[in-house]
Formats: sequence, structure tokens, C-alpha cells
Amino acid sequence: MTAAGTATSSELLSVVASRELAGRRTVFAGIGLPTLAASLAHLTVAPQLEIVYESGVCGAHPSHLPETIADAVLITGAEAVLSMATLFGSVLQGGHIDVGFLGAAQIDRHGNLNSSVIGDWDRPKVRLPGSGGAMEVMANSGEVFVVMRRHDPRSFMADLDFCTSPGPDRALADGITPRGAGVTRVITDLGILAREGVGEELRLVAVHPGVTVDRVRAATGWDLQVADEVTTVEPPTAAELRLLREDVDPGRVYLR
Amino acid sequence: MTMKDAIASYVHDGDTVSLEGFTHLIPTAAGHEIIRQGRRNLTVVRMTADIVVDQLLAGGCVTKLVSSFVGNSSAGSLGELRRRIEAADPEPLEFEEYSHYGMICRYIAGAQRLPFHPLRSYAGSDLPSVNPGIRKVTSPYPGPDGAPEEIYVVPPVNPDVTIVHAQRADRSGNTQVWGLTGVQAEAVYAAKKAVVVVEEIVEDEVVRSDPNRTVIPSHAVHAVVACPRGAHPSFAQGYYDRDNAFYRSWSHISKDPARLRDWMAEWVYGTRDHAEYVAKQGEGFWAGLAVGEAMSLPVNYGRRL
Repeated sequence: MTAAGTATSSELLSVVASRELAGRRTVFAGIGLPTLAASLAHLTVAPQLEIVYESGVCGAHPSHLPETIADAVLITGAEAVLSMATLFGSVLQGGHIDVGFLGAAQIDRHGNLNSSVIGDWDRPKVRLPGSGGAMEVMANSGEVFVVMRRHDPRSFMADLDFCTSPGPDRALADGITPRGAGVTRVITDLGILAREGVGEELRLVAVHPGVTVDRVRAATGWDLQVADEVTTVEPPTAAELRLLREDVDPGRVYLR
Repeated sequence: MTMKDAIASYVHDGDTVSLEGFTHLIPTAAGHEIIRQGRRNLTVVRMTADIVVDQLLAGGCVTKLVSSFVGNSSAGSLGELRRRIEAADPEPLEFEEYSHYGMICRYIAGAQRLPFHPLRSYAGSDLPSVNPGIRKVTSPYPGPDGAPEEIYVVPPVNPDVTIVHAQRADRSGNTQVWGLTGVQAEAVYAAKKAVVVVEEIVEDEVVRSDPNRTVIPSHAVHAVVACPRGAHPSFAQGYYDRDNAFYRSWSHISKDPARLRDWMAEWVYGTRDHAEYVAKQGEGFWAGLAVGEAMSLPVNYGRRL
């Protein structure tokens, strides 16, 4: 059996996301899959990568896998700890972040995200956590990667219930010149969607082994654009899986 | 000052109360005392509305919440908050939603007594449509391309009182924080009154030996309360670790209203003060949250010879 055959969905998403960080200098990472992806990238394709956390930590060197973006183990041994005004104002809004990682409950064809409510904002069916710093990450990072554990029509929506974190197209329509490219990569359990920036829709560019283009189309709540040539994602290598399991998350806190 | 006296003196029914501490140094013990004293109709301002806010809601203290994130950290959901917002159960909650930097800019504007603060967020978001406080203005200066530039602004917030937790302060309130310093200083300066709760009150010489570590000077502080372990279940860098197990369990406790009532009866109403809450947990429990030493190297401030 190949290594890929033994990879879990979390491992697959982490490995694929880590490869996308090749050559990047600064990444704004949330906890969970983005932490795994950034940590693995640090050990493989992006040794120079500086991982910045919303809590104010820059250049973390944790002794243990952090359980939150503000875990005490991120502080001890870190290169810098900044106030939130400096982190959000000067680092993020100042334009120092190459890649931001975001998750969301809903995403649309332009990579706009909803993390506020399912249903009406005034009387929601489900109250979600809200923006946190997601809106600022979207507005100010050079580009944004989204990792979605489940690719289905309930999450990949033609019309969002609410737009918490708008991409550059919506900013332009609001009369404000966008700074970053917005969402450029969406990594899911079915494959990879990509877009270049303003005016573009997400396009299916790669599928995981055994996944068909039709299956991804059926799992997407809009008429999904598909690249002329859809590649098959290279399965996680034995080396990538070993690093992830033995060095990055040996306690299997996020690896499921 | 005791916590009891500080809350009695500085938190009144109908007040706007800011509690800050970003995952680190959350003023939980102060929140519990507000619940014990039965404050009503509070507007709570807190960037990350988490467990202490869920408890204040369950205590019937809050009619309005101003926040940029409502959730049980990365450990799940806030049951009471969701019942209030999703089903108006047991009563509706007025909710004013911002983004994190929106909240930070509100504190900065409040601290500096500015009429508003601009930020490069909100363009294209639906948030301005549900929050009239977020407004778009034309900059009085031309943009980079020479054309007029539009930008969103947020209003200042000036809480009646801000309460923060910190590692240590001297008797007059010079407050030192290390690790995550969050938005505490801005929130204190934005407030009309500020209460600082600390792990320990130290001699003046301790603070003066390292003035750069003082995040909040005494001129901004109205009351200092010594309350060891007062940030539990959050953590105090170098004093005790985060109680991750409690964070995970809160999602289950708060999901069931009966279980939540029982928890409040036992741990908040059933303890006279935070010292009793700490004693009730037992020393074995606290040993589980103990941290080892990682001392910073001293710096030489120098002295004139």
C-alpha cells in the first residue's frame, strides 16, 4: 500500500496546503489545519517561513503543538510578541503578510466568505463566531488560502447567507480599491480550486486521486468553472506523512 | 481593594463594561463577582466573547454585547449566547458585531478621544448593513492615485469601566504584563474608570527595575485588586497554564440549560469569592496547571555614575 492510501483527510489537506506555501515568506495562520500546514511547510518547502499568529506572536518556536492561537507555548521562545494594535495595524494592515489562511462556513464562486450566521443575521438559525480577524486577513494579505474539510453544496454556495469577509471584487463594487488578491487557493477533501484575483471565479484545477470532475461539480452549489487540464494531486509522500505525524503533531491533536 | 469592593464601587446597573484579555489574562474572577452581585442591564464590550461572557449572560447581567468574535475559543460553542441570539431564550440579546481590528480601532479612538478611527476593513462586507456604527467616509486627502479615497470608520468606545487582569502591579497601579499584551492598555485608556486585577501586588522597586514591562501606568488605574488565579480557565504567562479541559467541557455544560444552572449554582453563586473558588478546585487541580520556569535574561538599563 502507498503512503497516500494510509493518509487521513486531515493529513491530506495539511500536506497539500503545505506545498502551496513554497517560496512564501510570511504566513498568518490560524489554529488547526493551517498550523499543521505552516509547520510542515517550515520543515519542507519553506524553511524561511515566518508564522504570524493573530494573538500577536511573530516567529513562534513552540516546544509543544499549540492548542490555541494564543497558547502559552507560542510565547516562550518566540521572536516577538506584539500588541494587537501593532499586529493588526502595522503588520497586517501595513502589508507584511504574504499568505493568510482562513476557514469559513460558506464560500462563494469569488472566494467571499461567511463566518457570521446561517440564516438571517437578525434571527439566525445558527450563530457562528463572526469575523474575528478574518475580514482583516482577507483585506490585507497578499493572497488567502482557504482549507475546507468538507466540499458540499451547503458550504460552496451561489449566494452567501451573509458576507463576513469580502474578496476584492466586492470591495471594488463598494468603491474601495482592494489591496490583495483575495482567495487564490481553496483546498478541500475533493481537490484544489484556484483563482488569480480580481474578476476571476474559482476554477477546479486539481482533484485528489479517485475523485472525478463531475463529483466536484455536483458538490459545488454553483456552475463550477473547470480548468482545461485538471491534474491529479500528488498523494502525500511517506516523508511528508512521517514529518507530520512524528514532528508536527505527534500527539495527534489536530490530525484525525 | 477587595474584588467585592471594586465591583460594588465601579460596576453599576446599566453600565457599559469592557472586559479585555485576548485568550491570555481573561478577567474571569471579576466576571464572577459581577454575577454574584447581581448587576443588570450591562452592555458588555469584549473582542472575544467567550466563556466569561456566556456566564455573564447566564447570570442575567447583560442586555447588549459588543464583540468581534463569539465562540468558545477553538473548543466549540457558547450555549447561552446561542440561545439568546438564535431563539431569544430566555430573552433577546442586542448584539453589535465588528471585526477584530474594528474593535481595536474603537478602543484606540476611545483612548485618544477621537471622533472615529479609519481602517481598511469592511469594504464589500455585509457587516455595515447590520451595524450602523460602521460608516464609509471620503478621506480629506487624495489617495495614492490622486483620486478621492473612500474608507470605512468606526466610532470610539468609552466604557464606564474597563476591567483587565495582569500578572503584577505595585500598590498605586503601575501594571506589568508579559506574554500576550492584547488590547488591554487601549481598553483601559478608553474607559472612564479602570480596575486592574493582578496575580500579585509587588514592591515599587520590582516595577521600577523594569519599567518597559509596565503596560498600564497608575495614572490610568482607579483600583488594583489582588486575585491570584483570577484568570482561570484562561492563563497567566509564567504563573499557570490554560485549563484546556474546562474549555472543552464548557461547550457541553452550556449546551444544556439545567446543567449550566447547576454549574453556576455550584461555582459562582456557591462560592463567596474567588479564593473560595480556588480552594474548592483543590491544590491537586492547580498542580495540573503549573508551569516550569523560562526566565528572560535581565537587561541593563544603566545608571548615571
